[in-house]
Amino acid sequence: MAIRRNTLYIRLNGELDQASSSGLKVRVSEIVNKYYIRNIILNCQKLNFMDSSGIGFIIGRYSQVKVRKGKIVLCEMNDIVERIFNLSGLKKICQVASCEEEAEGYLEVA
Amino acid sequence: MHNEMKTSFLAKPENVIYARTIAVGFLLNLNLEMGVLNEIKTVISEAVTNAIVHGYGSDPSEWVHLNMKYDDEAIEMEVIDHGIGIEDVEKAKEPLYSTKVDEERAGLGFTIMEVFTDWLDVFSTPGMGTTVKMKKKYYVR
Repeated sequence: MAIRRNTLYIRLNGELDQASSSGLKVRVSEIVNKYYIRNIILNCQKLNFMDSSGIGFIIGRYSQVKVRKGKIVLCEMNDIVERIFNLSGLKKICQVASCEEEAEGYLEVA
Repeated sequence: MHNEMKTSFLAKPENVIYARTIAVGFLLNLNLEMGVLNEIKTVISEAVTNAIVHGYGSDPSEWVHLNMKYDDEAIEMEVIDHGIGIEDVEKAKEPLYSTKVDEERAGLGFTIMEVFTDWLDVFSTPGMGTTVKMKKKYYVR
């Protein structure tokens, strides 16, 4: 994880399910509060699998940054992750970019 | 062609990945397309997570059972818990509905299971437990 200005960069790795998302939730929500994070870029390049627990994790982070008028942008999703993402309706609250640079463009932090 | 397997494991979140992995391993012989395998991985993950989180309220001393079988046309999957059961199955299946709203649950488990399989049925008795049965057709490449 990295922070630039008020944006948190999370590079997801492996599989985001109930077990991995509950630990990540604690760490990320602490960081978001401690460093006044407004935006989150979720880089999914190394994410091989995600189920609805992962969707729950993203919804939770969205509600954290929403109160600061922040955004969540996902980038580099593979096919299986994107299928779950599309099915979840998260499109309505998160943006999708092809890479981190494009994601930054959506946030106007670059 | 016919094959069956049965496995049981404790209701711990770290066993969800175990369930997904053995489900995929059991089906290796079928030489399925990656997309189909990923759908099966996902529905097993959803059903087993439900059993652990909802069925057993994350009590790690309880047991979840995963049974699978296949023939020439379809794969059948069964996830069983002996937990609290579901009062209103139709309500539980509604997209975005969750009984645990404060725990960041998406309420999408059954929706994903329905979309990724060809047949889904839920048998549940409050206080007795829940059985989720799914069937997925496949085509030999």
